[in-house]
Amino acid sequence: MGAEPMQSDLGLYDYLPWPGRPKITWPGGKKLAVWIAPNIEFYEYDPPNNPTRTPWGRPNPDVLQYSHRDYGNRAGWQRMMAAMDRAGFRGSVSLNVALCDHHPEIIRACADRGWEFFSHGIYNTRYVYNMTVDQEREIIRDAFDTVRKHTGQELAGWLSPALSNNLWTMDILAEAGIQYTCDMFHDDQPMPVKVRSGKLISMPYSLEMNDVIVYNSQKVTPRHYGEIIRRQFDQLYRESDESGMVMCIPLHPYLVGQPHRIDAFAEAIDYIASHDGVWQATGREIAQAYHASGAYDAMSAAAARHAQGDR
Amino acid sequence: MSLPENYLDYPARRYGMDHDRYNWSDMFARKPIAWPGGTRIALSIVTHVQHFPLDMPAKPFKAPGALSMPYPDFRYFTNRDYGNRIGVFRILRLLADKGLQTSFAVNGCIATRYPALLKAVVEGGHEVVAHGLDMGKVHHSGLSVDDENAIIAETLRLLRGATGQPVEGWLSPGRAQGFNTPELLTRNGIRWNLDWANDDLPYPMRTTEGALLAMPLAYETDDRVVANEYFQSEPEWVQQVKDRFDVLYRESADYGGRVMSLPLHSWVSGMPYRVEYLREVLDYILGHDGVWTAPVGQIAAAAESQV
Repeated sequence: MGAEPMQSDLGLYDYLPWPGRPKITWPGGKKLAVWIAPNIEFYEYDPPNNPTRTPWGRPNPDVLQYSHRDYGNRAGWQRMMAAMDRAGFRGSVSLNVALCDHHPEIIRACADRGWEFFSHGIYNTRYVYNMTVDQEREIIRDAFDTVRKHTGQELAGWLSPALSNNLWTMDILAEAGIQYTCDMFHDDQPMPVKVRSGKLISMPYSLEMNDVIVYNSQKVTPRHYGEIIRRQFDQLYRESDESGMVMCIPLHPYLVGQPHRIDAFAEAIDYIASHDGVWQATGREIAQAYHASGAYDAMSAAAARHAQGDR
Repeated sequence: MSLPENYLDYPARRYGMDHDRYNWSDMFARKPIAWPGGTRIALSIVTHVQHFPLDMPAKPFKAPGALSMPYPDFRYFTNRDYGNRIGVFRILRLLADKGLQTSFAVNGCIATRYPALLKAVVEGGHEVVAHGLDMGKVHHSGLSVDDENAIIAETLRLLRGATGQPVEGWLSPGRAQGFNTPELLTRNGIRWNLDWANDDLPYPMRTTEGALLAMPLAYETDDRVVANEYFQSEPEWVQQVKDRFDVLYRESADYGGRVMSLPLHSWVSGMPYRVEYLREVLDYILGHDGVWTAPVGQIAAAAESQV
């Protein structure tokens, strides 16, 4: 960073308008892939500062905010997991991988259910801002090793810690073997990402379905969150008659797992699960199907044609 | 502006918490708590009684509800003070109607500023919880041990002297603590605190000065948070509080006693147009069998030997 001039565009994907895209077909003839991504996070009591972002609003220890997040790991995760069990959803865990060390009990409960783990960095209080490429490679290595050691899983997905990124982040994720990133919100379908080497997919995650955004930024009530989940689903489900789409519900157990919120959420995902055309998938499964069905290659080719003027 | 290599060191990356204050525990795997008389829910009503000094400092941070207009901020100084003149008495009247004994978290300076207020709280049969000295005196790690200890000692001296109660409970202004706060509270005879928002049940904390209990206090269904941070309406507050109660009540059938905490502010719920919404909440909760309403200290005493 520092002396490098800022760029006006990420340059990570070509524009490809919705109409006229190659058709996506999901396994078993399902219409809409729905995946739930609980952010199971650990925020540190006394984290070091990063010049670009201070972890807490108050000086360390920010007891109120720290303990609010800790609620998720003591109480909220159980309510969230019970709601997902009831609706038949496996989670794709956006994991601060240090949580494997802190709370192996939570990791075990997720693993026993066949949930996927993807990386959300080491801690949610450590950002990649101002890291060198080598430092950022080191946290990717740490994440692969930690998740493999505790779960036997090979990481497939990545959501940067607290959505912090550098311009080279996607290149080094792909180079390390990451298959999908959740950091971009530009589409309702998985899309190829232009990286230096390897193949990387941008997986539809969502800011607008994300409980932390809904409750804390948009100031939406718990019951209205249930309502907007249903509306998002209904619309995408109808549109998926034409071509398969993806709906993601990103969660934080310290928020959705509160007693005044859990029932409205649970009812909304029961509603989704009651539809035959829903594919209750994980991030890894969607990425695999995207490649296996030829959608990755078809989208890449369509985007290249569009960029070359075939419009 | 690159990061030092030790930015990738994680000295507290280990089993359990990254500090020694308390142990991790899964709330749904604990030994069930039994409340007196076989009740299911301990209803913990905590009304904040606060003084916001006109010259309250902005550094290192302001407690929520702090004055926010240019000095002299007549607007919020007086709006908050409304709670001390009218609002708190409106809430006291409603609690008396319902025959409830509850807790009032009171800034220490209220003892000298408004002794009549404190007298009404005590005569209503309520428990006084220490709420720091005033809303401008936030606790944080930039305070020396001696300075922070002096604030705590003075707060307790004032409140104990004015009420005749032992005052063994604490709620920090803005629920803010420094690294030393739990030790200093314990040293000054505090047995439980309401600052930590990580549980729906009491749990033991560790201090070098002895035992301290963490008592639950809801964060996101606090009347001030819903009204002034989320900007949600009173019916939306009522709905969330009812929904919160319903889930805790249901869980109490399988997992043992739960605490339903109801944080109120005299300058929020004590407004004329809001107080009947509070009545609606109380009517709803008290309409269920197995609800035990008690001051936090009694709930702490009932829980102490079980957690």
